Amino acid sequence: MSGRQLYAVLKHVLIYAGLVVFLSPFLIVILNSFKKTQYFVENPVAWPDPFQFSNYVDAFHKMNFLQGFVNTALVTVLSVFVIILFSSMTGYLFVRFDWKVNKVLFFIMLAAMTVPFQVIMIPLVMIYGNLGLLDSKGILIFMYMGFGVPLGVFTFHGFIKGISYELEESSFLDGCSRFRTFFQIVFPLLRPVVVTLVVLDVLWVWNDYLLPSLVLLSPGNRTLPLSTYAFFSSYSVDYGPLMSGLVMTIIPVLVLYLILQDHVIKGISEGALK
Amino acid sequence: MKNNKALRNTGLFLLFGGPSLFAFTVVFVIPFFVGLYLTFTKWDVISNDGSFVGFVNYVEVFRDDSFLTQLWFTIRYVFFTVIISNLLAFFIALALTSGMKGERWLRTGYFTPNLIGGIVLGYLWQSLFSRVFPFLGQKYGWAIFETSWLTNTDKAFWALVIATAWQLAGYLMIIYIAGFAGVPKDVIEAAKMDGAGHFTVLRKIVLRLSIPAIVVCVFLSLSRSFLTYDLNLSLTKGGPFNSTELATYHIVQKAFLSNQYGIGQAEAIVLFVIVAAVALTQSYLLKKLEVES
Repeated sequence: MSGRQLYAVLKHVLIYAGLVVFLSPFLIVILNSFKKTQYFVENPVAWPDPFQFSNYVDAFHKMNFLQGFVNTALVTVLSVFVIILFSSMTGYLFVRFDWKVNKVLFFIMLAAMTVPFQVIMIPLVMIYGNLGLLDSKGILIFMYMGFGVPLGVFTFHGFIKGISYELEESSFLDGCSRFRTFFQIVFPLLRPVVVTLVVLDVLWVWNDYLLPSLVLLSPGNRTLPLSTYAFFSSYSVDYGPLMSGLVMTIIPVLVLYLILQDHVIKGISEGALK
Repeated sequence: MKNNKALRNTGLFLLFGGPSLFAFTVVFVIPFFVGLYLTFTKWDVISNDGSFVGFVNYVEVFRDDSFLTQLWFTIRYVFFTVIISNLLAFFIALALTSGMKGERWLRTGYFTPNLIGGIVLGYLWQSLFSRVFPFLGQKYGWAIFETSWLTNTDKAFWALVIATAWQLAGYLMIIYIAGFAGVPKDVIEAAKMDGAGHFTVLRKIVLRLSIPAIVVCVFLSLSRSFLTYDLNLSLTKGGPFNSTELATYHIVQKAFLSNQYGIGQAEAIVLFVIVAAVALTQSYLLKKLEVES
């Protein structure tokens, strides 16, 4: 074996072994989700014997999984939908009409992207609390829209700039309105950017904890990160159900990821290098 | 006629810009300015006293020892997290762009930790650090793992760094891979023809040409780790004895548990200024490197 081959073999071994180490936290959690807590405490790396599913049933009921799941799905789908819809329209407005007001607004949005949520959260809770608007999924979705729009507008703006105006002009000559032209001619062309934004926004909203923890107060409104937290703080010694709770929380995103993996990877790299 | 056009333009503006600008203004712009105002008032929930106090809150922030300790803790945490996650990501990305079998699946695998949020991330590692590692430590006599890392301040610090770097590395790896794709293959070939070794190519060409990707990655890892909250809450809950509270954790406590909105908000602004200053300095310095080479 030449030095070059040896190097290649070594590299493969290292990177695959690295992956096993990297994914082992997941494997250990999955393994233990099928064990009684007692067996977990005795030996957390042993194969589950007997193999049992009761932890899942237990966790499903105790953390109100179904409700959390429905709440999270609802908030995520609607938030991402309104962000994409309205920020693509605004991005279009900012590109096609070079009015002064548009330039100023675009600049403010760019500046806003550098401000972390931590700077907004206290006044946000104060204002919306005083108005009695907290504790509703609707207002949470509206807030995600407000926080998500700058990145959306910025991304769509960059993409629409590269689309030629001629297509739209012929559509105007056919008597189509601006509104119809946007949705029939321009929006279908935006598909690659839409994918990028959907990936970034779904990962953000689905997993977000801080904002919903401040906005959603009643247990019935909890999203999955909130119910995971509530579950762990009240059953912190019962490891069996806790492990299966973690697995159940991870699985929906994992399934989606395995189906869309190339889009996710593409979305991340394009979102970052813009 | 002219009036008509102005009316039409206003209509267009409201139709295309109205909804998003309304949400953005009401959710971001107004709270931002209210927040700035808040830092100059003596606002807390109990007294409901909004009287103007000038810079008192900011002075208070810098006289609050616990905030300064936690800020220093946060800076050390950010420092090690950024270095470890970027080094890991850089070398994984390098391997995964060298023409290996199964690159696509390896990439998918290394990215997986990013699918979970900070809360799940924290509980995952909490069970590892408090149960699994001590078990292995006692069984095989590895002294370092014999007790739970979460009961000791120094080790809990590293637990936070490890959990964050584990997640971030896969994310940054994706960006490095995209960055390496921009390094022209013929430049590398030419250098190898001229007799440049593996390490020289890496140092002189790949590293230099991927500086834009490095800038983005350092920037991202800096701002994400400076603002860590969920992980802190679920992994250490600030303990043992409030010794592992990161800046955001402290701010949330100050505002929503002690109800001191004015000081909490001033702390948030100070944190923001620090993050912005560090992030801008690093990208300025790194970009200068790029120009020089």
